Amino acid sequence: MGTMETNEAGLIARILAGEKELFHDLIRPYERMVYLTLFAIVKNETEAEDGAQEAVISAYRHLASFRGDAKFSTWLTTIAINQGRRRLRKAKGAAEESIEEQADSREGDFTPAPLTDWREIPLEALERKELREALRTAVAELPDIYRQVFVLRDLEEQNIEETAQALGINPGAVKVRLHRARMMLQKRLVPFLKTTAPARRGFFGRAL
Amino acid sequence: MNLDCKHVWEHISEYIDKTVDAGLRKDIELHLEHCEICSAILDSTRNILILTADDRTFELPVGYSKRLHERLKDEIEKSKHEPPVGETK
Repeated sequence: MGTMETNEAGLIARILAGEKELFHDLIRPYERMVYLTLFAIVKNETEAEDGAQEAVISAYRHLASFRGDAKFSTWLTTIAINQGRRRLRKAKGAAEESIEEQADSREGDFTPAPLTDWREIPLEALERKELREALRTAVAELPDIYRQVFVLRDLEEQNIEETAQALGINPGAVKVRLHRARMMLQKRLVPFLKTTAPARRGFFGRAL
Repeated sequence: MNLDCKHVWEHISEYIDKTVDAGLRKDIELHLEHCEICSAILDSTRNILILTADDRTFELPVGYSKRLHERLKDEIEKSKHEPPVGETK
């Protein structure tokens, strides 16, 4: 088999055939993703870590049901999302409505905020630490449906299809929610962004 | 076609993701060339995304990975006395 054994499908086959310890290697590249997915839903460090452990254990126990028609990362994300939603329901009681029932059509102002004086701010004024803190807070405070899409797309860098599949929504909804999330964050962070040098155009791009 | 700012804002996200069609892309670029406001909005949005993807922005709890693998190790040990993975339960 040679190099085949180093890839994911090969690893999975070997784990299922009995080399169970290899699951450590299979999961390692996705540890961060699992945690962040949980955190995007439960918004609490301890809950997110417990949930991440549960999700990984669940993935281990049910590995044989992974069909390989989706990417392993998408399958794992779905498990993480379900784990997060379960925890959220438990924490908030039966009164918690389904996350997906929050409508996309809600009226809102999703326009960005203009920055008028950002070009005059010198590079030395960069205070990335402060900006990072502000960004964390702003993301945590996004409405659930927007935060979840934003985290999968822009934090975990999953593509539109993968994000749609993991959340059980259509790709169009992913685009709409992502746009709104980004605009809300832009607006919220403008006071901090004024101290940030503009990024070089064309630097940030990724495949669909 | 001459786009107004609001029209550009509506497509900023797709423009960043490179999912706008070629024609619209060209129109947006044309607009950006002489619109400081939209350029600033685009750059600031991109900065947010760069910062978001930076591992230092969203950090994992200290010891998270170690605890995860310890838990997993216990689970794997336990499952060794059971049929192959996936056939349990």
